[in-house]
Amino acid sequence: MMKDVIVIGGGAGGLAAAIEIHQAGKDVLLIEREEFLGGILNQCIHNGFGLEVFKEEYTGPEYANQFIDVFLQEKIDYLLDTTVIGLKKEGHIFTVETSNESQGIEFYQTQTVVVSTGSYERTRGQISIPGDRPYGVITAGSAQRYLNTDGLLVGKKVFILGSGDIGLIMARRMKLEGAEVLGVAEIMPHSNGLNRNIVQCLNDFDIPLYLSHTVTEIIADDHQRLSKIKVSKVDESFRVIKGSEKVFEVDTLLLSIGLIPDVTILDDLGVEIDKRTKSVKVNQAYETNIEGLFVCGNALQVHDLVDNVTLESKRAGQAVVRYLNKDKVKENHTLSLNPGTNLAYITPQRLDMGLEQENISLSFRSRKKMEKAVCKIYQNSQLIFEKKLFFVLPAEMETIQLPFKTIQDQGDLKVELEVKS
Amino acid sequence: MKKEFICIVCPRGCRISVDDDLNISGNQCPRGKTYVENEMKSPTRILTTTVKTIFEYTPRLSCKTDKPIPKELLFKAMEVINDVVIEEEINIGDIIIMNILDTGANVIATKPSRKKE
Repeated sequence: MMKDVIVIGGGAGGLAAAIEIHQAGKDVLLIEREEFLGGILNQCIHNGFGLEVFKEEYTGPEYANQFIDVFLQEKIDYLLDTTVIGLKKEGHIFTVETSNESQGIEFYQTQTVVVSTGSYERTRGQISIPGDRPYGVITAGSAQRYLNTDGLLVGKKVFILGSGDIGLIMARRMKLEGAEVLGVAEIMPHSNGLNRNIVQCLNDFDIPLYLSHTVTEIIADDHQRLSKIKVSKVDESFRVIKGSEKVFEVDTLLLSIGLIPDVTILDDLGVEIDKRTKSVKVNQAYETNIEGLFVCGNALQVHDLVDNVTLESKRAGQAVVRYLNKDKVKENHTLSLNPGTNLAYITPQRLDMGLEQENISLSFRSRKKMEKAVCKIYQNSQLIFEKKLFFVLPAEMETIQLPFKTIQDQGDLKVELEVKS
Repeated sequence: MKKEFICIVCPRGCRISVDDDLNISGNQCPRGKTYVENEMKSPTRILTTTVKTIFEYTPRLSCKTDKPIPKELLFKAMEVINDVVIEEEINIGDIIIMNILDTGANVIATKPSRKKE
């Protein structure tokens, strides 16, 4: 049986895309590896979700439920507890190989695939912290799942490395559940988390934030459990300053050192990769260089607000529908979109000039905090579009709308952030 | 003694200080002043946490206070909530604890006690 669309991942991105596509009358199958729909939102029990989309401050599970309810009402096909273990394309047809405890290995065929598989956490191995390798060093997201889903507190004396939002949220959460949280170290001179979280997760509970500090040694006890960590100050080039060392006696070190888009299931397909986003390159229809293969949500770029995942995945869903309806035929005449001064990355990375639409949504992050910033887009060394942004931060992704009619037929685009003079 | 606040009304994150005579400075807009005044007078927060259940697939259910409660009552409220065990099927928005610590706020479920779908 041939599906129009298979959506891989039943979190915020997958649910929004699947609903959008199904409402346009297409045959959708969504595949989720967990026992429940909702993805990572299920463990994000704090509030602050939905301010943009619903003008409400929902908790993660409440936000997810807004979409799960619609998804179930629409009677969209879905599989739970089912992992995609293979993805192949032959001719115009994708074959998705799945594994499930009771069904075993199964194969599904589809015309298009939407990958909304989220992101994974960077681990200790990726930043090479010296020292022993004891129990008690765990990513903040894993600790969050143990605590909020299973009710297990992973430690009683905690230190947190990295000031990403998950780490800050977990500092408050573990403190409320009775753990002692000794501090948060951030190697950068500024926090990576939202101000709201610095205030309500750290300052509210007098948890110190050590900026320009990092963990320089992990020390185990005789039973291979964490007993101590050493934290040192670093200079502007991130070199450890000798003699600045502090020792903390802890049983748990939480790592909140960044997320990476999880697109490992695309490894065998020869998809073009963007080293800046650590994910795939897409055009304005969220389509990769493999025709019919779409990527959205945290699998495409790490978002700080779920509202933006929802909006992006709806746009991806609409693009899949246009593709299936052959509304606009791709010309395969593409221009590339490049990040210039002060931009860490930009998506989409390509514009297909055959896929005409009124506005193109561009998402990017700034490299530094800028007040009165202006986003300027150049083509053939000419300024074709500019937009005032007032205030940009590396911790907050920006999205702007570029009118299609401003783009010339030839010449790559460059996007820059400047301070308004 | 001077007190420092980071305003969270907008992403700008002004550092606002209040001196002994309650003069507010460092805010770049009036909303910052209002924010700091509230934080000085009666800081309140929505509490989000979990409750125990007897259900296999959802051993913990997330919950929250339906109104902000005084900041200094957060730990006391945690003690009350951690004593509760949910034994009946429950839906989003259902009240778990009425009027917790006489704050006027109810603790409500933010996740349904779903069985395996």
